[in-house]
This record gives sequence, structure tokens and C-alpha cells, in this order.
Amino acid sequence: MAEPAVVALRAVRKSFNIGTPVQTEVLHGIDLELHRGEFCAVMGPSGSGKSTLLNIIGLLDRPTSGTLSVCGEETTGLDDAALTRLRGHSIGFVFQYHHLLSAFSALENVVLPMLGAAGRPDAAMFARAERLLDEVGLSPWRDNPANRLSGGQQQRVAVARALAMNPPVLLADEPTGNLDTKSADAVFELLRRVNREEGTSVLFVTHNPELASRCDKTIQVVDGAIVGAREAPDAGS
Amino acid sequence: MSATNSAAASGSAPPPLPRWAPFEWIVALRFLREGRMQTGFIVTGVAIGVGVIVFMSALLSGLQSNFIRRVLTAQPHIQLLPPKEVARPQRGGEDNGTLQHGAIVQPPLQRLKSIDQWQAVAAQIRAMPEVATVSPEATGSALAVRGSASRAISAIGIEPERYFRIVAIPEKIVRGSTRLGATDILIGTELASDLGVGVGDKLRVSAALGASTTLTVAGIFDLGNKGANQRTTYLALHTAQSLLGLPGGVTGLDVTVHDVYAAERIAQRITAATGVQADSWIRTNEQFFTAINAQQTSNTVIRAFVGLSVAFGIASVLVVSVVQRSREIGILRAMGISRAQILRLFLLQGSLLGLSGSLVGSALGALALALWQRFARNADGTPLFPLAFEPWLFVAALVLATLVGLAAAVAPALRASRMDPVVAIRG
Repeated sequence: MAEPAVVALRAVRKSFNIGTPVQTEVLHGIDLELHRGEFCAVMGPSGSGKSTLLNIIGLLDRPTSGTLSVCGEETTGLDDAALTRLRGHSIGFVFQYHHLLSAFSALENVVLPMLGAAGRPDAAMFARAERLLDEVGLSPWRDNPANRLSGGQQQRVAVARALAMNPPVLLADEPTGNLDTKSADAVFELLRRVNREEGTSVLFVTHNPELASRCDKTIQVVDGAIVGAREAPDAGS
Repeated sequence: MSATNSAAASGSAPPPLPRWAPFEWIVALRFLREGRMQTGFIVTGVAIGVGVIVFMSALLSGLQSNFIRRVLTAQPHIQLLPPKEVARPQRGGEDNGTLQHGAIVQPPLQRLKSIDQWQAVAAQIRAMPEVATVSPEATGSALAVRGSASRAISAIGIEPERYFRIVAIPEKIVRGSTRLGATDILIGTELASDLGVGVGDKLRVSAALGASTTLTVAGIFDLGNKGANQRTTYLALHTAQSLLGLPGGVTGLDVTVHDVYAAERIAQRITAATGVQADSWIRTNEQFFTAINAQQTSNTVIRAFVGLSVAFGIASVLVVSVVQRSREIGILRAMGISRAQILRLFLLQGSLLGLSGSLVGSALGALALALWQRFARNADGTPLFPLAFEPWLFVAALVLATLVGLAAAVAPALRASRMDPVVAIRG
């Protein structure tokens, strides 16, 4: 693929309980590249290490060994503040559960990442948040408290929030897992559209083979290792 | 549901974000607003604590200044007395100049005597800027006789215009006037009752040394103390001097100063400057001062414990809040919010709880003080004692409670900021 890699993992290993008798290695030397504009599904059984992989790529966790670069920046030697900054500007998260802040409205939830980065609110943030909510079809509910929305609506707000900083990488950890088929399809289509229109690279963890088949690429993670990758030439049609 | 209906139906849409506020303020205020029951309880707890401190401090301060005022309106701040007679044992002539061992030294009699050069001493003290009034007095024991009744009295010779600036006798006169001519005497209510005399009646006053004179009762006063009303009498200075055998002399100089708490320091300066022993009211009322100190200490201890309970209350609420909001903290970290921002967010919540609690508490304290002023009254309807609404007390309460809230938030805030976002999001 001609596009440069926005995420590149080389021989990434991750162990827990290091130095104890119950040390467990959950990732065994992962090599992975996610290119700009790529929409990649990650499949695998529960406990195979998918979420750990996403946490490491999302800079929420550090690999025990191996290297990770995000947007061309090598992350191994970065301190927590630098990782936080890089995460804030480069990576958007959508989790299985929406994790919206119930003290804020739908619109304010989308504003929060921009507010955190800038320190103070300004009109441009609200304009961008309104545009994002419009894109996910939730403009009419913008002032509703986040916990007063339906599950599908909340997940769409979470997608809008993940896009607030216009990150080049979007990590979606089973974002459709808790949704009915119709809502799941709507959220998937939303991510696909963002991927196509904004060029955002998406790593999409799912158990749903039908959704995975609509991605550009699918990788299989089993027991902490990538055991297979499949390109889908007609993905997204 | 239509779009418009949906927004309207929500009913409790959050208030608009304040555009002036930084990120931490916005999130802290929203978190406190969302947990309004917890916030309400802890603000009430802080308010009660601060209210108690404000009320108690103002009450004790008022009580204390009332005590001091009462003590100091009945006595001078500093009193100069002539030196006491001391026995000087004869030194051994040829015996190396040492004291003779084993000599029995009898304490000398204390004759009534005058302060040497008292006019010059008084002028010297009056020149000191800290001194407000200097008044001479000639005081001795005497016997007041009327018919077959007699009572031992303390005859105090004064210059009324000066002495009344020290002890406000005119305020304590219940009958007659404060006129003190050469043959006038002012007596207390108890003595008047014991001797059966009224204003205009005559008394015979005999001094211990034998001199006696007949005086007219010009006024009767009430010093608020039975013993004092029985014994204390006031005469013109020169009348007392003649009666007590001290022509031109005085047995004491009464001094008032501008700063009553500096009395001891000024007394020491007077002694150093004049060579005459000067005793301040602080030294002569040591027990009273000890009581005041004990009161202040207990007040401080109570305040410290109330402050501690406020701090633990705020800390416990914030610890619970950190646990309850761990997922939200995790998601904030995932969206790029730094550890320092999380730390400030929780420190701010602690400070805001302390500040808002102290605002309500100050209002409660002020209300309690106003009610006290209104309902705690003497039998005659006058206030029990005046209370001062001192602004510094309220400012100090606000600042201290805010700092206590800030300090109480340190541990929960550190815990929140050090949270592993992966663990936090997983819950």
C-alpha cells in the first residue's frame, strides 16, 4: 500500500505481573502496520489480546518490549505527559460502552477533548462539535444530557467525540457490541464514512464477521499473536 | 419523538458552559452539580463547622472584651505605689562584710507614706505618648461613724476630673451627684444602707491615726460588687491628705494607657524611667488572665477539631467521588487530559466545597450572632454583652475553610491523577 503507516508495531510483547511467579505474556511479538486511510477489522476470541493491543496502540498502556510509532513518532522513550499529548492529538477512542460523561450534554461531550487540549472554551470548538453532531445525525439532541439518549445515539455521540480533535487514527473496541443490528449498522456506516471522507485510519475490533467483511482488511488475533490477515478488495461496497 | 420535543422533554439540560472558565473549573463544577446530594451534605457539614467556629469565636471574643472592659472600667491600667519598707540587717563589721548568720529579721511595719516627688513623677509619666491619664490618689483605712453605727472603710482621696477618666464613677452614681468639695464624700449603696444615710446626711470619718472630720454624703454609687459598695468611699484629695496625715502626699498614681494589652510593657518602662514600682492590671489580675488564656486555648483546640472533622468530611466525599468516577477519569485520560489536569480538577473540587461551605457557614454564624444579640439579654432588656461583627473573622473563616478543603483533596486528587486509564476504563 502506498500510504504511509500511521501506526507501526514491531515485535511488540506485553506481559502482566512481571517478576512474579504468575507472569503472563498476552501479546507475543506483534508486527502490525496501519496505513493512512485504512479501515482494518480485528477479530479473535475473547481473551486473545485484542483490547490489550488496542490499549498499546492507543498509548494507554506500554509494551513490555518492541517498538511502537504513532504518526511517525517513536513512543518508546516518551514520558507520560508526552504520551498524553500525542494520544490527545493523534488518537480517537470509541469503546464498547460509550463512556460519555453524564454531567454534560451531548454537545459538551464532543467539546470536552478540544476544551481539555485548549484549556478554555471558544466558539470554534462549539461550531466544530455542532458540525460533528450534525454529521452523526444528532443535532436535534445536542442539548440533551448524555444519559438521556438511546444506546445507539450515545455511541454516535462517542464517535463524534472521538473525532473532535480530528485524529488520524480511530480505535474502536467493539463499538457495536452492545447495539441492536440496526444501530450497529448505523455506527459502522458512520465510521466507514469518516474513514472515507476524512481519511481517518480505523482499527475496528468486532466479533461480527459480516461487519468485518466490509472492512479493507481483517486481522485475526489468537492467543496474543496475529495468525492471519485478509485483504478485502471489495470492502465497504 | 420530534427533535424539539426531545430536547424540551429532557427537562434537566445542563446549564451552558461558562466561556470564561478553564477546563478544570468547568468539569469540577459539573461534577459537584451532578453529585448534588453528596455535595449538599458535605457543604452542610462544612457550613455547620464554620458556623460554629464563627459564632463561638465572636461570642468568646465579645465575652472576653466585655470582661476586660468591666475589669478596666473599675481600676487603673497601671498603678504606681511607694516602695515598701524593708528591714536591712546590719552587716558584720570586721567579719569580711558578710551577712550575720542566724539573725532573726522582723518584717517592718508598713507605714502609710507618699510617693517621693510624686508631682515630678506624674509629669514624667504624662509626657509618655502611650499614656492617656495620670491621676493621684491618697488612700488609707478609716472608720465611718453615724450615731452608734460604724463601719471600716477605705477612704480614697482623688482629683475627680482626672480620676473619673479612669474609673467611671459618674456612670455608677445611683443617687446624688459626683460633686466632691472639701467636706463631701461619695459612698457605696451598701455602706449607705448599713449606716442608714442618704444624700445630704453627715458622717463622721476617723482615720486610723486619730484625725477625724465630718463629711456630707454628696452621692451614692453602685460598683456592682457588694464588698466594694461596703468599703469604698471617695473624698477630695486634699481632704484625704489631711485626714490620713499625708499633707501634700499621695499613696499612689493611677495611670491609664491607650493599648490595654501593652500595659505590662509600659509599666516596666515607667519603673525603669521613674524608679517607682509600677504594677500593670495584667500582673495584678494574673488569675483573670490565666482564665482568659485557658479559654483561648480551649477555643483553639475546639476550632482545630472542627477543622479536622471538616477536612475528613471533604476528603471522604472526594475519595468516594474518585471511586465513582474512575471510568470517567479513565475516559478523560484517554481523550488526552493530563495527570496534572485531573489533579487540579479534584483539588478544585475540594477547595470549592470548603469555600461554599464556609460561605453558608459564615451566613449561619452571622445569623446565630444576630439572634444571640436579639434574644440573650439582661433582665433590664439591655444586651448581655455587645458582640462585634468583625470582618476579619469571616474572611479568615473563608480562607481557612478553602485551604482545609484544598488540603483534604490532596490525597483523593493524587489517587485520581495516578489512576491507570486502562484499569479505570475497565472499572
